Amino acid sequence: MNKILWPVLLVLTLSACSTTSDKPVAVESRTTQPTASTTPSTGTAGTTNAGVSGSALPAAPVVDPRKDPASPLYKRSVFFDFDKFDVKDEYRPMLEAHAGYLKANPNARVILQGNTDERGSREYNLALGQKRAEAVRRVLGVMGVSDAQMEAISFGEEKLRNTGTTEEAHAENRRTDIVYGDE
Amino acid sequence: MLRAVLLFPALCLALLSASFGARAAMEIQVVGGAANQIAIAIVPFQPAPGQPTPALTDIIANDLDRSGQFRRLDPAGVQPPTLPSQIDYASWRGRGADAIVVGQVLPAAGGRFEVRFYLLDAVRRTQLAALSYTIAPGQWRATAHQIADVIHEKLTGIPGAFSSRIAYVQKQGSRYELRVADADGYNPRIVVRSAEPVISPRFSPDGKRLAYVSFEDRKPIVYVQSLADGSRRKVAAFKGSNSAPAWSPDGQRLAVVLTRDEASQIYLIDADGGNPVRLTRGGNLDTEPVFSPDGQTIYFTSDRGGSAQIYRMPVAGGDARRVTFTGGYNVSPALSRDGRFLAYISRDEGRFRVTLLELETGQVRVLTDTARDESPSFAPNGLAVLYATVVGNRGVLGTVTVDGRTRARLSESGVDAREPAWGP
Repeated sequence: MNKILWPVLLVLTLSACSTTSDKPVAVESRTTQPTASTTPSTGTAGTTNAGVSGSALPAAPVVDPRKDPASPLYKRSVFFDFDKFDVKDEYRPMLEAHAGYLKANPNARVILQGNTDERGSREYNLALGQKRAEAVRRVLGVMGVSDAQMEAISFGEEKLRNTGTTEEAHAENRRTDIVYGDE
Repeated sequence: MLRAVLLFPALCLALLSASFGARAAMEIQVVGGAANQIAIAIVPFQPAPGQPTPALTDIIANDLDRSGQFRRLDPAGVQPPTLPSQIDYASWRGRGADAIVVGQVLPAAGGRFEVRFYLLDAVRRTQLAALSYTIAPGQWRATAHQIADVIHEKLTGIPGAFSSRIAYVQKQGSRYELRVADADGYNPRIVVRSAEPVISPRFSPDGKRLAYVSFEDRKPIVYVQSLADGSRRKVAAFKGSNSAPAWSPDGQRLAVVLTRDEASQIYLIDADGGNPVRLTRGGNLDTEPVFSPDGQTIYFTSDRGGSAQIYRMPVAGGDARRVTFTGGYNVSPALSRDGRFLAYISRDEGRFRVTLLELETGQVRVLTDTARDESPSFAPNGLAVLYATVVGNRGVLGTVTVDGRTRARLSESGVDAREPAWGP
């Protein structure tokens, strides 16, 4: 409760300060409150009068866009054609979104997990899955994501999403998944 | 043993000491045989009270059958001799016998047994081998395999491989077990148990260690584990994927596939994980390295020519040369220990089958008639290839002789076996 309320109060106080210079008492009474480091995410409440602060409250519980089905960051899989390792254009917007997130959150890390269908040698498929992971890594790299934020690995045919033997099942398995380090 | 498993349900991975056994219900089916089989009569040994089952001669017969080199004569209807002096050579020769095995099991002190075994040449009426083993009951199967090895070597001139071991991965539900078993699939012991996949086990040349790839850390990492005490270390855990270990013939180094610089490339590392040296270059996919028996050449799979093919290159560095030319998918090279044959998996019209290439002549022979073969490896004596295949939607292990004429299937009901490797 305190964690939520104090920043809000601080914002109220700061916004009151920025718009009204004739009530110094309120400011002084808050000088021992937490530092400004917790405030940037709600800091845009600034220019309005302190009296209408109710509109600032909903901003506090931030939804992780990576968990929001409406966000392009929610999409995590890049699918590949049979024996193909190039990232199709339809995945660019989604990868742009992940690149944007990674650039905005330099501490975020992603593991790019390449996968194949089950046909053929396990080790060869591991290397093929790696090619698919590296393909996504290169695209994100071109989009400006630091190499240090990415690790391309492969599961080969070891973690089939669809264990069927139809072409649809194989297609579902030929993919690279984007998994964040904190997930 | 099942009880021991249930005690640790929360452990996703448990290293188990060599003393942990595993249940075995291995079935062995053999089909075919060599062109010129040696006719051998294996007379059931005179049993001792309380001896283990099955009978030694059953285990020996099973071994010899898998090799395809022998045709066994039914010893029924003959008064079983137990000593060479009791053999009626004329009668055995009349049945076509080339060789006769007789023997006896005697009780020995301390719950042990003495096994006496004689191998006789039915034509020359001479004794080819006479050996005595004093054994604990736990050495029962090992003794049978040793006797089978002696018979094989005396009659074919080539050592048997019946006392060797195999490693494989068993999948049951979502549990993976890396196991080491006798060459006939019996006597399995669990090396690693994991909730994540394990692939590519490879015996060190002395048979004391296993290198393998485990996904327990959410990515492929190469481990080397002692079979004696279960201790292990990560020998390749670089950024990216680490896989496809192969031992150098002297056991000092491993070839591995790393992706730390570019897409999958082959490196050499010390067997304890130090001093990685990059061997292949270029942005292509290079994997599945194996050393030639002299340690001078690496065979590997690459897509550098536009399709998956096997190449070779000097370990010291230099140009790679293509080795396989027929077909669009040739992978998983394995070399016989004399360096004469290359076994690999070749895809032809959608079927993946074990294929043999005689390196000097370039002669190619498809050895199997299954459709989803993987992971070939040679017996220590080079006469057979162990591989994984799929029968009835289930992974099973098989052996096939290099002449392609004799195939055996080792399978345990209800489980999925894959990733076999034949060790010393």
